[in-house]
Amino acid sequence: MLTALWNNRIEVVAVILFAVGFSTLLLHRNLLKKVIGLNIMDTAAYLFLTSLGYIRDRLSPIITDGATDPEAYVNPLPAGLVLTGIVVSVSVTAVMLGLTLRLYKRYHTLNLDEIYRMTHEEQEAER
Amino acid sequence: MDIIEIFLLSLIVVCGIATCASRNLMVSLIIFMAYSVLMSIVWAFLKAPDLAVTEAAVGAGISGILLFITLKRIRDLREEHEAGTAEEKEAGPDEEEL
Amino acid sequence: MKKSFKDRLQAWDSGQFELGDALVRETDGRRPPEKEEDVSWAHVPVGRVSQVERRLFRVLYPVLAGLLALVMIAFLLFVVEQLPAFGDALSPANSSEVIKRYIASGLTETGAVNIVAGIILDYRAFDTLGESHVLFTAAIVVFILLLAETELPDKPSDRRILMDDLIFKKTAFFLSPFILLFGTYVILNGHLGPGGGFSGGALIGAGLILVSMAFGPRVSGRIVALKSYRRIVLVSLLFYSLAKGYSFFCGANGLHTIFRPGTPGRIFSAGLILPLNIAVGLVVACTMFGFYSLFTRESV
Repeated sequence: MLTALWNNRIEVVAVILFAVGFSTLLLHRNLLKKVIGLNIMDTAAYLFLTSLGYIRDRLSPIITDGATDPEAYVNPLPAGLVLTGIVVSVSVTAVMLGLTLRLYKRYHTLNLDEIYRMTHEEQEAER
Repeated sequence: MDIIEIFLLSLIVVCGIATCASRNLMVSLIIFMAYSVLMSIVWAFLKAPDLAVTEAAVGAGISGILLFITLKRIRDLREEHEAGTAEEKEAGPDEEEL
Repeated sequence: MKKSFKDRLQAWDSGQFELGDALVRETDGRRPPEKEEDVSWAHVPVGRVSQVERRLFRVLYPVLAGLLALVMIAFLLFVVEQLPAFGDALSPANSSEVIKRYIASGLTETGAVNIVAGIILDYRAFDTLGESHVLFTAAIVVFILLLAETELPDKPSDRRILMDDLIFKKTAFFLSPFILLFGTYVILNGHLGPGGGFSGGALIGAGLILVSMAFGPRVSGRIVALKSYRRIVLVSLLFYSLAKGYSFFCGANGLHTIFRPGTPGRIFSAGLILPLNIAVGLVVACTMFGFYSLFTRESV
């Protein structure tokens, strides 16, 4: 078991990072911290995908010396998928930060509990 | 190769945990950018140079800049708000037991 | 009062020059109560709950959350242990037909030396098209979120991040042309080497942000006029949609008679990949710079 984990150490690191980001998302009340935690989760998932496409002793997927032998290069598909994912994650980050700014302007705090409490009080007052 | 890889991976885990454990937002943002740079090096090791270039530009550059700007805007807004409500703040107990 | 290493580091760092007015201000040895910096752990319940419930929640929530994270990590590690070994050429993920096809005939079919560019801009170009639209939509959403406010800033000069620092200005002066040039290189060589529209566009966006930070939006507006931002994005997306929509319409045959695969290794080769890379790069660069402008409350 331990040797299998040691051989797959990059995947293990990805899992640990995913858990770190996840617990940040659960445990922190600060909205910006939550955004950072989600970013860490993103990167961990991408690291996992990329490490699945790696093949030992092969070249990176750029054709060198005209060799088009499939046995010569690592798997290019995860790289192509992750490449789009990275750019999507940055746009998601931007949208989340925009929402955070709006929330801060309205409630003057980044503490999610405070924001919940204020919205609750507003609803109580309306009733 | 193996030693460098293990060093990088342990550094990444340390950076990830430090990002989440740091109590100051500015510090954690800086560590997060370092984390992105390390991640791009790992991708270069994994024979994915496209990802390395993109992560170095996007993760370390753009995301970091956006987070910094948001923090700066929030600090500006807080200063304005505090200047606006300085008189009211003297009277009432603002802080709860949180 | 004993200070931790981090506190001392911050005090040293914020001694004379505050890093963008940022680090924790030292006030007689104790941390000032910074509300939005309150990054203490765990949530509290909302609404009408008794004191006992509140206390129970504050104990139980972090414990349960930590437990959930631990269970998840154990489960995922169990899965990782079952995975094929790292770097295995015979694992199911690496021995599929599609990948062999991409590598073996990618060069003759798309003309791209960089196989990843061939995949994302030729074989799977619709993926990338949708993704560019995701970027565009995100830019629109941020636009709506940050500009749909009635009150305008009373002090426009304070709104901008102006780094009035000589070292920073000089460094930006010497560095920004090279960043912009390198971004252009990465875009134009997307089919020949690592890089492409996404990374090159992000580099150009970062260079423009650097120029705008150092010298103000007027100088960066001289490089790319802010008004033309939406026009550039629109034209790029329209071109992309039309070019790929045409090939979708024609049964994936595409414009191979006009844009030939050409000699691999030349800059004008690889068919549609070069123009598509330029289009994607323009979209990404404009979006990144647009995000920056929106967050600093410049006009776009």
